[in-house]
Amino acid sequence: MDFRTPDIDWAALAPVLVLMGTSGFVLLVGVFLPRGARRGFGATFAALGLLAAAIVAGILFAQDETASLTLRESIWRDRLAEMAQILVCGAGLLAIGVSYWERRAPLDPGASEPPADEHERIIELYALLLAAVGGMAFFVQADNLMALFLGLEWFSIALYILTAISVHRLSSLEAGLKYLIVGSFGSAILLFGSAFVYGATGALEFRAIAEGSGDAERLFLVAGLALILVGLAFKMSAAPFHMWTPDVYQGAPTSITAFMAAATKVAALVLTLRLLTTAFPGEEDLWTWGLAGIACVSLLWGNLAALVQTDVKRLLAYSSVSHAGFLLMPLAAGNELGGRALLFYLVPYAAMSVGSFAIVAARERELRRPVTLENLGGFGWERPFLGVTMAVFMFGFIGLPPAGLFLGKFYAFAAAYERGWTWLVIVGVLGTVISIYYYLGVIASMYMRPAEARVAAAGGSPPRDWPLATTVFLSLVVTVGSLVAADPLIDLMRDAVASLTFPH
Amino acid sequence: MTTALILLPIAGALAVWLLPWRTSRSAGGLALLVALAELFLWVVAVRRFDFGSGELQQSADVTWVADLDISYKVGLFDFSLWLVGLTAFVGVAAIGYAMWVGRDRPRAYFGLLLFLTGATIGVFSAQDLLLFYLFFEAMLIPLYVLIGVWGGTRRAVATVKFIIYTMAGSLLMLVAVIALGLANKTFDMTQLGPNDNPWIFLGFVAAFAVKAPLWPFHGWLPDAYREAPSEVAALLSGVVSKTAAYGLIRIVLPSFPEPVADFRTTILILASVGLVYGSLLAFRSEDVRGVIAYSSLAQMCLIVLGIFAGNASGLDGALLQMVNHGLVSASLFLLAGAIERRTTTGRLELLGGMARGRPLLASLLLATGVIALAVPLSSAFAAEFLILNGAFDRGWGYAVVGALAIVLAAMYTLRLISAVLHEDVGSAVHPQALDLRPAEVAIVGALVVALVALSLWPAGITDHAFMGADGPAGWAEYVPPAR
Repeated sequence: MDFRTPDIDWAALAPVLVLMGTSGFVLLVGVFLPRGARRGFGATFAALGLLAAAIVAGILFAQDETASLTLRESIWRDRLAEMAQILVCGAGLLAIGVSYWERRAPLDPGASEPPADEHERIIELYALLLAAVGGMAFFVQADNLMALFLGLEWFSIALYILTAISVHRLSSLEAGLKYLIVGSFGSAILLFGSAFVYGATGALEFRAIAEGSGDAERLFLVAGLALILVGLAFKMSAAPFHMWTPDVYQGAPTSITAFMAAATKVAALVLTLRLLTTAFPGEEDLWTWGLAGIACVSLLWGNLAALVQTDVKRLLAYSSVSHAGFLLMPLAAGNELGGRALLFYLVPYAAMSVGSFAIVAARERELRRPVTLENLGGFGWERPFLGVTMAVFMFGFIGLPPAGLFLGKFYAFAAAYERGWTWLVIVGVLGTVISIYYYLGVIASMYMRPAEARVAAAGGSPPRDWPLATTVFLSLVVTVGSLVAADPLIDLMRDAVASLTFPH
Repeated sequence: MTTALILLPIAGALAVWLLPWRTSRSAGGLALLVALAELFLWVVAVRRFDFGSGELQQSADVTWVADLDISYKVGLFDFSLWLVGLTAFVGVAAIGYAMWVGRDRPRAYFGLLLFLTGATIGVFSAQDLLLFYLFFEAMLIPLYVLIGVWGGTRRAVATVKFIIYTMAGSLLMLVAVIALGLANKTFDMTQLGPNDNPWIFLGFVAAFAVKAPLWPFHGWLPDAYREAPSEVAALLSGVVSKTAAYGLIRIVLPSFPEPVADFRTTILILASVGLVYGSLLAFRSEDVRGVIAYSSLAQMCLIVLGIFAGNASGLDGALLQMVNHGLVSASLFLLAGAIERRTTTGRLELLGGMARGRPLLASLLLATGVIALAVPLSSAFAAEFLILNGAFDRGWGYAVVGALAIVLAAMYTLRLISAVLHEDVGSAVHPQALDLRPAEVAIVGALVVALVALSLWPAGITDHAFMGADGPAGWAEYVPPAR
């Protein structure tokens, strides 16, 4: 049997390799360290690994003017993938700051104190975080249904474990189990769809699917496309495939929620953009309309469900569902403006997601219990920096300045309008109007509700949490910076989507 | 220069927020200094302004997003100059009054007031559609917090209603901005060609109709005006509402000649109905702020009547009335605040007889009221005469409604004055309730002096506005020169 190893473009794999190498290094070396040193070691090397991967991806981004395929045409080396890698690495970096003092996480009502050993499982947390980012970095490069599935499972499994990593909390374990079951269901659907597409076209590689779709069995191709889209919609938590989102976001340790909310969306949406434009250009009338439908459902369902939430993490989870709708609008538009809009939107959105969950984490650690709209009372005046930043994020989610999402929303609407879908823009407007109520509710709780008698369980002011404050600050910088320096950012995004051909 | 006018208050706001102040006075003092410096800057801008040319002046243009030709482009037309001045002036009065009253959490409060001033001036000077929208939305944030934190007991309802109403309108404007910008392939307001799409027109009108407000989009108005701290209410009704009328003049009239003509009758009828309706409600209102709030509704409808009359007289009158009403309602809201501080209520049935022993309060309220009800020789009379003249050209019916409204204005203003100052001494009026203090007299007095000056020389504004737009219809048919 003649077996030849394929030509491998190692540079294309470099970000993934850096991440996985660091992950292994952190895990193996961490075991030998004294327990007290593990936290600092893990966080430092995880941050260095993410930074290195982001820099490598950045260098590749600067070099790769044309897209190329490698590894037997199963992964891309192009600017779209590299931009997405930079974004997920950035989300991971920000999440490290939140996770550093995760031990001060809230208890379930009535649960006993966490184990005295606060350094438990911290090494695993960082190793898995790196593995998850590595999986996403691989996922966004995929040019092949098998590579796609591999990447998807790779980061999903890491996230399942991360969700359940606070083993002393029942809600974390429950969330992990839910995520595992529902997530596996989504993956299975995606795999099922991939099988249909393979059966119909005889190809796994994206461009070959596009070529083979001409004389493919129409029924199987369409069914496969639909099932794949459903599987991806699970990951981007678009309604009606979002059922896991509120439970998992609420139960997972808040630093993990912050990471998931930002990075999973980036990975899933970027891959969807590539898959649909590369593999299914002939079926664009199907998927543009399909995505527009999903966008509408997400906008309405996410926003309406968020109205009645009192737990802030659940509220933000539904807000994340609604933003899946906003993000799908430019994707559904299927034009080049939409590609730019999607990528631009992701930058402030990712920063704001991590930042807002980080602030929730800060309040949680102060109170030692889940944050609700009630016990957020007075937070804005007690912690001016965190309060003002949270207000900027909430106003930003609505689409008000000074957050970059102001422009992001503008671009998303502009893309849908250019497609001629004014109705979709109107649905977006409607969703935004509904969302005002609950985003303002968070601000009103922070500033306009008197502080409860004394909600903090532990006396005294909370210990300083510099890593978390740094994360919040950096998120704020990215959020506001993407409005001010929109021009260079949009140029980068234009380069990133230059290798794709859009149907409209 | 224009950039300095926008950035000075915003930088001042940041300074107030970030610098560590020992006492509340010093934060307020800095805010007042910045506001005065802003007024001074405006005076410098007026002196440098070439009123003959009628073109965009003192402009700056920096690319913001080259992709869709969006830029940071600001500048002043002759008519926007007056509104910037109004903002700066009322801003000084509001900040001065807030400093005299002494608010909790002064750093946040004064910073937000300055930020609001800066954002409003941004609206009046933005020459790019998206930048205009940005400032238009940026005004909401300080207003929301100012009313929501420092407002009255029903502030929670008031703010949510206010924000959802205005955002619903302004998001429709966002769609219209996108549509208009993409159709023109630029968002530069000085290069927009005429557009005849009625839906885009309606998107803009929706935002401005809610913000002004125009009947029947005024649902947020009574609550917001009642619950806001008095100086915030002064800014809101005096200045912020004018951004809507300004938007109609600056964007809607030149960009949508055909839809304006098509919808003119509808809008004129809405404005006429709102004029009478607002006046009647003001007459029936049971509290001081209710009278001022509904009279604001009526006055804004009158301004819209002037704008959509579609001729030079109506437009001149509308601009004059914008400045005039800005000063009147700021002054009235500050006086309402002064009355409420002395009696703990604004309910007219509990007030009365305050003139006796309080000559300063009585004089200032009377002076403002007399100007507000448009006695001949007052600036309001000049403005309303011009508006009615313009409306008459469009159809005598509108002028009749307008004249009726002037009678109603006299009725509700005199009712307010007599219910507060005359009649029997109200149960809430303590005999020892003080007259206006010197600081209050200085602040409100400055507004009244400006009104008197405007009454003496209304041509100061009407002869120095819309100069670039010759012809019988003036700015209403002014099409900016192409690129």
